[in-house]
Amino acid sequence: MSKHHISTTINGEPVEFLCDTAQTLLDVLRDELGLTGSKEGCGSGDCGACSVRVEGRLVCACLVLAAEVDGCEVETIEGVAQGNVLHPLQQVFLDEAALQCGICTPGIIVAAKALLEKNLDPTEEEIRFWLAGNLCRCTGYDKIVRAVQKAASVMRSA
Amino acid sequence: MLTYNKPTTVDEAIVLLQQPQPAARVLAGGTDLLVQLRSGRLAAQGLVDLKRIPELRALRAEQGGFRIGAAVSGAELGEHAALKAMWPGVVEAANLIGSTQIQGRASLGGNLCNASPAADSVPALIAAGARCTIAGPSGRREVPVETVVTGPGKTSLAPGEFVVDFLLPAQAPRGGDAYLRFIPRTEMDIAVVGVSVNLTLDDAGLCTAARLAVGAVAPTARLVEAAGTSLVGTAVDEAALAAMMAAVRAACAPINDKRGTIEFRTHVAGVLAGRAARIALDRARMRT
Repeated sequence: MSKHHISTTINGEPVEFLCDTAQTLLDVLRDELGLTGSKEGCGSGDCGACSVRVEGRLVCACLVLAAEVDGCEVETIEGVAQGNVLHPLQQVFLDEAALQCGICTPGIIVAAKALLEKNLDPTEEEIRFWLAGNLCRCTGYDKIVRAVQKAASVMRSA
Repeated sequence: MLTYNKPTTVDEAIVLLQQPQPAARVLAGGTDLLVQLRSGRLAAQGLVDLKRIPELRALRAEQGGFRIGAAVSGAELGEHAALKAMWPGVVEAANLIGSTQIQGRASLGGNLCNASPAADSVPALIAAGARCTIAGPSGRREVPVETVVTGPGKTSLAPGEFVVDFLLPAQAPRGGDAYLRFIPRTEMDIAVVGVSVNLTLDDAGLCTAARLAVGAVAPTARLVEAAGTSLVGTAVDEAALAAMMAAVRAACAPINDKRGTIEFRTHVAGVLAGRAARIALDRARMRT
């Protein structure tokens, strides 16, 4: 069977690629398009390391077939910074050292950005529930939650 | 080689699901299906993605209630203020499935047809009296949700059939529903016990109708008619709740595993039924 020809928009840029049905969006992002910021942790939608947005919706790229995103807008961690200017979440995560090994960080930034676009003043509980599908085995989460709160405050006063 | 098709009409999907025989599978949110395919638990020769069919993505008011496309995501349900106001228990149950990321894709149709005994939205849909439209090679039929799942991983859908949408009826003017589940964590887990209660009061505050459904305590979610009957005609007082909880426990036939023994699951089903009934009662009173 021939491959699927997919036309999509990734981080605002039109992108076309060929894929097999069995390839996930994560496979294509990483292996075909060189967008390796999204990580593969579990491959079963449990860890959130591959969090991306499709049509604005936060999803696990490992649980989306690449063929499904034909005609869709996709946003990955690579589209979060504006050129050389980091997003407030990225800057605060660096300033506050809200990461250790860093594998979960791209997914957490993408997920937290989606939260802050809905709610620029989330409570600690709202942040913890929203990020419950983003596992971090290093930090114990406290620094992550505080960094999201601080980024929200930076964005509110911007 | 795995085929992938994305039909834009129900009729086109019905044709595609019959070829290649026999193993084309329906793809909605994929949060169960893609995991099963990857693990090798499920073999499929083709995938038919239903998300480009407008009917399966629509969520609209109808007959005083709501018609919800089978592929509408949990996130979309949670953002629908009017649906949440009328059927809070159904929306809460659907929103308990997985993480924020899973909610971006997971659907009521998928939660039902994956046929897990522990599916959160299914007891809530049953208690609400929801019906679903099933389309297939021999046309369309409408059935109560409780008739779809026949056992773990098994449904009453014939080959080539799929769920198009759900019809949630109008909630009674003094009606309320609630869903509670037990999990050993606070998030991201699968129900050890789930209970949904939907009840209606008259002007004097007496219960005129009640539907209770349990999940994860039998091979399928179950409507417990005796539990509903035990509340009807009462003020949903302690005695009535005790009788209802006993009826719920009598309907349990759970598995025994490390997540919950038979005794534990049975006991907790009664406890959650009592708590959910109190929440449903408060909601019914607040609607007046």
